[in-house]
Amino acid sequence: MGVFRMPSLGADMEAGTLVEWLKKPGDAVKSGDIIAVVETQKGAIEIEAFETGTLESHLLPEGSTVPVGTALAMIQTAGAAIDREVPTAPPPAEPAPAPQLAPAAVPPAPAPAISPGKKVSPAARHFAAEHGIDLSSVVGTGPDGAIVYVDVENAWLHREPRAETPKPASQPKGAVEPTAMRAAIAAAMTRSKREIPHYYLGHAVDVTGAIAWMSARNEARPPEERLLFSALLLKSLALALTKFPEFNGQFRDGRFEPAGQVHAGMAIALRGGGLVAPAIHNTASLTLDQVMAALRDLTTRVRAGRFRGSELADPTITLTSLGERGVDWVQPIIYPPQVAIIGAGAPVLRPWMVDGQVTPRQICQFTLAADHRVSDGHRGALLLREIEARLQSPEAL
Amino acid sequence: MQTAAASQTNTITYREAVRTAIRDAMQRDPRVFLMGEDVGRYGGCYAVSKGLLDEFGPERIRDTPLSEGGFVGAGIGAAMGGMRPIIEVMTVNFSMLCLDQILNSAAAIRHMSGGQFSIPVVIRMATGAGRQLAAQHSHSLENWYAHIPGIRVVAPATLEDARGMLWTALADPDPVVIFENVMLYNVSGELADGAGPVDIDRAALRRKGRDLSLITYGGSLWKTMEAADALAKNGIEADVVDLRTLRPLDDATIMESVRRTRRAVIVDEAWRSGSLAAEISARIVEQCFWSLDAPVGRVCTAEMPIPYPKHLEDAALPQPAAIIAAARAAAGR
Repeated sequence: MGVFRMPSLGADMEAGTLVEWLKKPGDAVKSGDIIAVVETQKGAIEIEAFETGTLESHLLPEGSTVPVGTALAMIQTAGAAIDREVPTAPPPAEPAPAPQLAPAAVPPAPAPAISPGKKVSPAARHFAAEHGIDLSSVVGTGPDGAIVYVDVENAWLHREPRAETPKPASQPKGAVEPTAMRAAIAAAMTRSKREIPHYYLGHAVDVTGAIAWMSARNEARPPEERLLFSALLLKSLALALTKFPEFNGQFRDGRFEPAGQVHAGMAIALRGGGLVAPAIHNTASLTLDQVMAALRDLTTRVRAGRFRGSELADPTITLTSLGERGVDWVQPIIYPPQVAIIGAGAPVLRPWMVDGQVTPRQICQFTLAADHRVSDGHRGALLLREIEARLQSPEAL
Repeated sequence: MQTAAASQTNTITYREAVRTAIRDAMQRDPRVFLMGEDVGRYGGCYAVSKGLLDEFGPERIRDTPLSEGGFVGAGIGAAMGGMRPIIEVMTVNFSMLCLDQILNSAAAIRHMSGGQFSIPVVIRMATGAGRQLAAQHSHSLENWYAHIPGIRVVAPATLEDARGMLWTALADPDPVVIFENVMLYNVSGELADGAGPVDIDRAALRRKGRDLSLITYGGSLWKTMEAADALAKNGIEADVVDLRTLRPLDDATIMESVRRTRRAVIVDEAWRSGSLAAEISARIVEQCFWSLDAPVGRVCTAEMPIPYPKHLEDAALPQPAAIIAAARAAAGR
């Protein structure tokens, strides 16, 4: 039996709203299936199952706003007993004698001043007193129906004004309130600047060859198969990172955990303002066309407000590419718990020295912001050089 | 990342880990000797000291008469005189005969001499039930010793602790009682080549969860781990705290866990009334009351002399099914 919980889709996420069940009780689910849509400050996210089995029951109705970690559904895993009792060790002569159970001793009646007739745990009382919550309106889910900590925490979360604001009927599913998105970005970036000792490097890269190769390749193709420069950047970055594991991973609980694979996050601006940076999984093992297809798919879905939980939680590094209409360079901020972010300015035609001659070349300003707790500038410089080198042979990407 | 040095391990039993610890202590310090009933020619009632007589000779591996009051008292005297004795008591039930020496002498003399005498003795005792040794060889009286100020009480549950606690205990200038659960002697596992002394101050988090804290020690640790694995399959993730040191208790580790999970169940192979489980429960309520979401639960041994028949013995002791039931009651699901 597995419990399907409200996932954390980023360090700054505290709660989410269950928008829609996509699997109903009795449906078969397998690991990776999308079983629900959850709305967060970043938009509507499709949430995947991590277990294979049968969805046994929904524990919450659509529309519930609950903290991260709250159980949403039970999944009966394949092969497990249907019986909800946990299988026991060698059959004891008399299993689980009842007198062993602690709650046999009935706790004293709670103080009538708070809520007569209701059991309220000390932790719940403490939280309610601190946050001014009226316990008479709270439903208990603890032992014997007692009100426990998560119940008052839920009640408190529902008091948040933005959770109470009804959505206009015309607003499509997944539309994000700009203020909520702003708050999420503010929380993540404030944390980043507070916790992460950034260092920054910049490097001007001659991308004339890469762009010429790409243009020639695109000429013979229909628009939906054409490459964008960002795809070349993503693939070069992913390949370069294989030699620089200290830039690829996540920093948790005081230590860096390098990632086995590169899941490059791509910063994508949203039309209504704000941005997200979901992952393209296993970027290094995709062909250039597959990277492009993934990028196109991701951009379309993100702008429609539909992307998956794992895409938000998994990035191991981020690329922010300003594109043709952008400016020369960007000094990016790391998205925690990642430890590095690469910026690419708009490629611009510049007078450049090549073999002693001033020659017009397409120049792109690369920048790196990295976490000094994990890596040093010398390695960061080598990483930028490695990306540059990879871009000089676009046919090998 | 694994370093080459740390990856070398040996498959070893708990019994061998204790023997290795004794041998290591004997080699490190000529003041160390082992004394007890059948520790020499017979190799120890649980075969812990097998071979040590041949290795170290009868001066340092000393068989004693069946007189706990005599040889434990002699060990305490030797410690006062500057030796570092390891005294083996065959089972904690028999230690009632030397309780006078431990309580009235070993634990009290530093205090009564105004700090002039140290008693650096280590007393090893077998404890616990499960081997059909009936009501005079099967009890868990660790808490009787954990009640006494002036001594330290430890309960190694893992190979690392069986190997590592002895030397640290010998280095302690005050008496240390080490409880070895009889069901652990045959347990085998991997122990790093470089395993050596470990601390005897702190509890250890053997499993990390978030829904409740299972607090235990000694032979019950592995039953508790089994229960925690089964609970995880039902979506209940338990912290498992191994107390390691029963006196003084590591309140900080216990309370950190309980404040995080807000629920606690204590698993203790002793009788419930006046047990260590009772003491820990009281401390949790004293220190964590405002963090609790459920009454503190206890899984203890039935209050009766341990029965001889296998099925009755099993039924009397804490078993995974009872631990699971108590955990679910605390979790409310």
